[in-house]
Amino acid sequence: MTRLNKQGLTRRALLSRAVAAGALAVAGPGFIAAPDAAWAVEVTAISEHQMATLLQMARDIYPHDRVGDRFYAVAIKSYDVTEQKDMVAEGIAALDEAAKKAGFDTYIAAGWEDDRVAILRSIQDTPFFQTVRGGLVTGLYNQKDIWPIFGYEGESFSQGGYIDRGFDDIDWL
Amino acid sequence: MATAAKFELTDDSVVVIVGTGAGGGVLANELAQKGVKVVALEAGGRYLPEDYVNDEWESFGQLAWTDPRTTSGDWRVAKDFSGLPAWIVKAVGGTSIHWAGASLRFQDHEWKALSTYGPVEGASLLDWPLDAAEMAPWYDKAEAKLGVTGVGGRARLPGSNNYKVFEKGALAVGYKEVHTGNMAINSADYDGRMACQQTGFCFQGCKWGAKWSTAYTDIPRGEATGNLEVRDHAHVARILHDDSGKVTGVEYFDKDGNLQMQKARLVAVAGNSFESPRLLLNSHSSMFPDGLANSSGQVGRNYMRHTTGSVYATFEQPVKMWRGTTMAGIIRDEARHDPSRGFVGGYELETLSLGLPFMAAFLDPGGWGREFTTALDSYANMAGMWIVGEDMPQTENRVTLSDTTDKFGLKVANVNFSDHPNDVAMRNHAYKQGQAIYKAVGATRTLPTPPYPSTHNLGTNRMSERREDGVVDRNGRAHDVPNLFVSDGSQFTTGAAENPTLTIVALAIRQADHIAREMAAGNV
Ligand SMILES: Cc1cc2nc3c(=O)[nH]c(=O)nc-3n(C[C@H](O)[C@H](O)[C@H](O)COP(=O)(O)OP(=O)(O)OC[C@H]3O[C@@H](n4cnc5c(N)ncnc54)[C@H](O)[C@@H]3O)c2cc1C
Ligand code: SF4
Repeated sequence: MTRLNKQGLTRRALLSRAVAAGALAVAGPGFIAAPDAAWAVEVTAISEHQMATLLQMARDIYPHDRVGDRFYAVAIKSYDVTEQKDMVAEGIAALDEAAKKAGFDTYIAAGWEDDRVAILRSIQDTPFFQTVRGGLVTGLYNQKDIWPIFGYEGESFSQGGYIDRGFDDIDWL
Repeated sequence: MATAAKFELTDDSVVVIVGTGAGGGVLANELAQKGVKVVALEAGGRYLPEDYVNDEWESFGQLAWTDPRTTSGDWRVAKDFSGLPAWIVKAVGGTSIHWAGASLRFQDHEWKALSTYGPVEGASLLDWPLDAAEMAPWYDKAEAKLGVTGVGGRARLPGSNNYKVFEKGALAVGYKEVHTGNMAINSADYDGRMACQQTGFCFQGCKWGAKWSTAYTDIPRGEATGNLEVRDHAHVARILHDDSGKVTGVEYFDKDGNLQMQKARLVAVAGNSFESPRLLLNSHSSMFPDGLANSSGQVGRNYMRHTTGSVYATFEQPVKMWRGTTMAGIIRDEARHDPSRGFVGGYELETLSLGLPFMAAFLDPGGWGREFTTALDSYANMAGMWIVGEDMPQTENRVTLSDTTDKFGLKVANVNFSDHPNDVAMRNHAYKQGQAIYKAVGATRTLPTPPYPSTHNLGTNRMSERREDGVVDRNGRAHDVPNLFVSDGSQFTTGAAENPTLTIVALAIRQADHIAREMAAGNV
């Protein structure tokens, strides 16, 4: 099982493992893991339920079906610190409360994305939601390892730019 | 190369320039070339092409001005980026490191906006005290300095994938003036700088030096004369004056945070349109209780940012818009003044691309869910363009001093901005046209994207014929203070439809000529 430390230099460790598929599971005290055990996130300051909820929230806020859970895990790992503990606890309690009003036991108990998104919409103006969403903008999309999934090629100077590598290679116009 | 000059803090014969961007950097070099002794004070550090990084957020962290600022008004930036009203640089070279290089002259009538458009309700329009004929020779010099393509016998840049989509759509909807622009980016070796390698990170600083920036042209050339000293990490706090109302020098915080005083014969302010008025306002005294050069009450007012917005579109097949020059592509047909469209003034459409990280941040700030993410899923199949049009000056769109202070304890700028109805009408027209262009080449989805934090910042110390209408005269000299000049985009009386930097540079070259003559004649 891959361990993630609190400082969060987590990506390499996570990515050294096979691609995770399927939903997250609370895998036992101290960490949550993918069902196929391909990777795991250690939780230290917050609870497993809170971490699993944050992960599902991240997926529902910025759903990309070709982006594996492990990237979302990296993006929200920084909430697992003492300074964020209360904010996370309160935010997730409110989220689960909103889920109850909508007829679900908890937020992650709602099986369809549409139902979860409706719950998120009901809390989207709260500082908790905005903090999580705002953090994901860089936490998720600035991970170099997800860029190829979107086709983005990143740095090009070291390869001499695109002058000889297809800056004008469009062929379907 | 001569070693760069060093001047004493007590040397009151020097010209002090605040800021080393497009305006200040050019003024510094032009004066130094004429033998004038210059101390240029720059709040940021020094970075050269080898330091720039092909990575959007890392580059932002390296170069951007992230000191606190506050915002108000009904513009969306105040909600989505409340602490970041502008995306500009804090470094030797200023925002000429970030800029995309689009270099257009004003159209002749744009020097006379009030006369041409007539009074517009709610707008504080004014004619410039200059005109196209007077500016023509200065534009010639500016274009030669920057190596602008498509003029002076310099070839235009080749078209990238993003340009080809844009061009085909533009021609399909009937536009005529469509090309790869007038760019301060070399299409062939020019002036010791190499040709563009199409790396596609123009906004992050050009690592090849193919794009003009004062950071590696005017600044080192000025230093090589032995007449220019650039002090980096020097944040000017206040401009000082004597009992006669003439400025005598500036106080600044040096790199160790110590307050220093540099004497000066003349001070030129070029800190971009938030910091320049902030500095004048923070320089209030018993003689100038409302701030320096502010007897008209116009310092900080009439803030303009161009009517902007973007249109992105997705297609069935890849475009890879990030490859190649970021902004080499323009449609000029809508730049004319034609009130039958429902607004005065005009706009340009220019190609634009953002990398994936910035696209995620700017496509629909605050947006989430599948409406947002499915657009990003098609990132590789996206093309993009940017709208830049003339916005209306308004007296209440203004920079004032905030209650927030920076790390030196200086009050920061609050930027208040609300769109004028003319701005909204223009933007909506441009969104419609931009979407039609992409639909004409088979766009599967079009995305009218809101304005980013401001990149063009203008008008907050505006130039006016009459002293009661503005802050500076036709030479950029403060109406109230004979040896105080403004040398950046804050002098703009109106914004015109064109990207501003070529005009900032032309004005700086012209101002250097004026200052050197006045100094030689003993008038300042
Ligand atoms: C992403 C981007 C793309 C752009 N593309 C284009 C384009 O294609 N075409 C175009 O025409 N324009 C473009 N622009 C705009 C262009 O960069 C600016 O118009 C131009 O750089 C403004 O010049 P300036 O001298 O007014 O200010 P700047 O270039 O911003 O320089 C101001 C300098 O003053 C310094 N400073 C401020 N306050 C102080 C102080 N108190 N003490 C000491 N130093 C201080 C700052 O650190 C800064 O270095 C772009 C801008 C951005 C951000
Ligand atoms: S595309 Fe050209 S101008 Fe832009 S950064 Fe690359 S080499 Fe420089």
